[in-house]
Amino acid sequence: MKKTLFDKIWDSHVVESIPNGPDVVYIDKHLIHEVTSPQAFNELKERGISVYRPDKIVATADHNTPTLNQHLPVKDLLSRKQLSELSQNCEENNIPLYGLGHPYNGIVHVMAPELGITQPGMTIVCGDSHTSTHGAFGTIAFGIGTSQVAQVFASQCLLVEKPKKMRVNVNGKLKKGVLPKDVILYIISKLGTNSGTGYFCEYAGEVFENMSMEGRMTVCNMSIEMGARGGLIAPDDTTFNYVEGKEFAPKGAEFEQRKAYWKTLKTDEDAVFDKEFHFEAEDIEPMVTYGTNPGMGIKLTGSIPTGAGKSTDKALEYMGFAQGESLLDKPVNWIFIGSCTNSRIEDFRVAASYIKGKQKAANVNALIVPGSRQVAEQIKAEGLQEIFENAGFTLRQPGCSACLAMNDDKIPAGEYCVSTSNRNFEGRQGQGARTILASPLTAAATAVAGKLVDFTKSLN
Amino acid sequence: MEKFVKLTATAVPLETENIDTDQIIPARFLKATDKAGFGENLFRDWRFNPEGKLNPNFSLNNPAYSGPILVAGDNFGCGSSREHAAWALKAYGFKVVVSSYFADIFKGNALNNGLLPVQVSAEFLEKLFDYLHSNPSGEIIVDLENQHISIKDTEETEKFEIDAYKKTCMLNGYDDIDFLLSRLDAIKNYEDKQLQV
Repeated sequence: MKKTLFDKIWDSHVVESIPNGPDVVYIDKHLIHEVTSPQAFNELKERGISVYRPDKIVATADHNTPTLNQHLPVKDLLSRKQLSELSQNCEENNIPLYGLGHPYNGIVHVMAPELGITQPGMTIVCGDSHTSTHGAFGTIAFGIGTSQVAQVFASQCLLVEKPKKMRVNVNGKLKKGVLPKDVILYIISKLGTNSGTGYFCEYAGEVFENMSMEGRMTVCNMSIEMGARGGLIAPDDTTFNYVEGKEFAPKGAEFEQRKAYWKTLKTDEDAVFDKEFHFEAEDIEPMVTYGTNPGMGIKLTGSIPTGAGKSTDKALEYMGFAQGESLLDKPVNWIFIGSCTNSRIEDFRVAASYIKGKQKAANVNALIVPGSRQVAEQIKAEGLQEIFENAGFTLRQPGCSACLAMNDDKIPAGEYCVSTSNRNFEGRQGQGARTILASPLTAAATAVAGKLVDFTKSLN
Repeated sequence: MEKFVKLTATAVPLETENIDTDQIIPARFLKATDKAGFGENLFRDWRFNPEGKLNPNFSLNNPAYSGPILVAGDNFGCGSSREHAAWALKAYGFKVVVSSYFADIFKGNALNNGLLPVQVSAEFLEKLFDYLHSNPSGEIIVDLENQHISIKDTEETEKFEIDAYKKTCMLNGYDDIDFLLSRLDAIKNYEDKQLQV
């Protein structure tokens, strides 16, 4: 039978299938962080079970960490306790931890790929819904709850029903100023926030083939925002070149051997998907969201749709917008460039290229937060930090930051924030905060103008 | 895990669609390292206004409604994987959530905590909302054994689907760890085979 990329990886990880039930699926890599792991460690302790394969687990601290003064003890006592429990749990169980201050520290979905922990063909889980990010390498990667974190600790396996398969094809050439973030926001705006529920989504076509690994990660990251547990893109030379030479990637002959296998990881011609969609690159423009879920997106120069139902009215009331309105020229006092969606080096390069020689608008407060220590170092090395600072921005230290507002990086109530993160839910960036999701380029242009503007005209 | 077999009880309607886990339990309450105490912050920013006073317009605060069944709008539990959402609903006192659609991760988390997600048709969900609006103290019957949900007064019934394995777990209070540990030999065999590849 013709197989999809997803089938190939899934089938090779099934330990056994329970009749009329889920499959026992083997997990190659388990990533953990401070927020969703403590209760799982407790569960094991209470039952007297030990961690089965600590060598297949990697830990980082990211969600609940400050982005200022990381060398000092964490001020918030609850956060400090959560971080120290992670250290203690990792130490007791021989799990490598790249905690605050470690050169490998960073947002879990930024640091694992850049260290070569993420490799094609793997099954990867983490107690975080944006684990879908790693699908950019041709992996089956998905977010799990804390009970499942405990299950993987205990057995390196999970009980999962095989999901259905969908494919989204985007062909053609993207217009100038249209970034991977715009592509995924466009797809979600067309398909809706629950179109992917029960599915894994493969992205295929010229647009993804021509995309960098950073861009592919941005796209796969937001698969969960249309409900898909995971997204994936067939690995190719772009993938192999990215992985090669990374700290934990296979080396030499072993790399070549793995690569030969990775090359087989693509959907067979004529393989059948449960559903399939086609879009044209030329139809995609820079996108912004106007509501309180990521599916409520329009092109930057568009207007808010009219005639929607009760839930839309509630969202528009929260956002302070009206049906039929354009978002252009809306004053915006906050921008956030960061999160596991858009905090990789390419995101800062594109923002810096726009900002270079310009100044931040006086009304704008900017949070610019690299995804990892390595990205932060690269920003410095490439001279981007200077560009940001000359324009009036300051860079923070790595972490999830204002994406979910667990630390002090919060957007004040009622304020708009053009954010490169992944969720515009009510209160996501702080109680009463109003999030407009966009690309790093749109965020940079907003920071300079102090309002949403059609920047595409000014691009060379 | 707590068993679930059958429940006849009053319900609380919450018609909002796409209720995400950030609404169920906002991120600022995720700093705890145990599972206790999340109930008091369930739907925190909808139940309370910014000054910390109860919001009288929110259905959980409406004295006419109470009970262990939450009837919610389409696509319940989307967004973050935080299991804290399931813990918060359970700690508040809910045993069943009814909706016309559940996000995958939330559904799994609920089942792993003895909180039964019951997926019904959009039409039946509408019926439940209509019924609860005119009969706030009317009872709903959720029968896991027979996979039926019905309105007690009107006897209107719908069948719901649940994975056979998960159903057994819920009916008996088993959880996945026990099952996986019982399969460790098979898991080790799989690992050995992988090493030979």
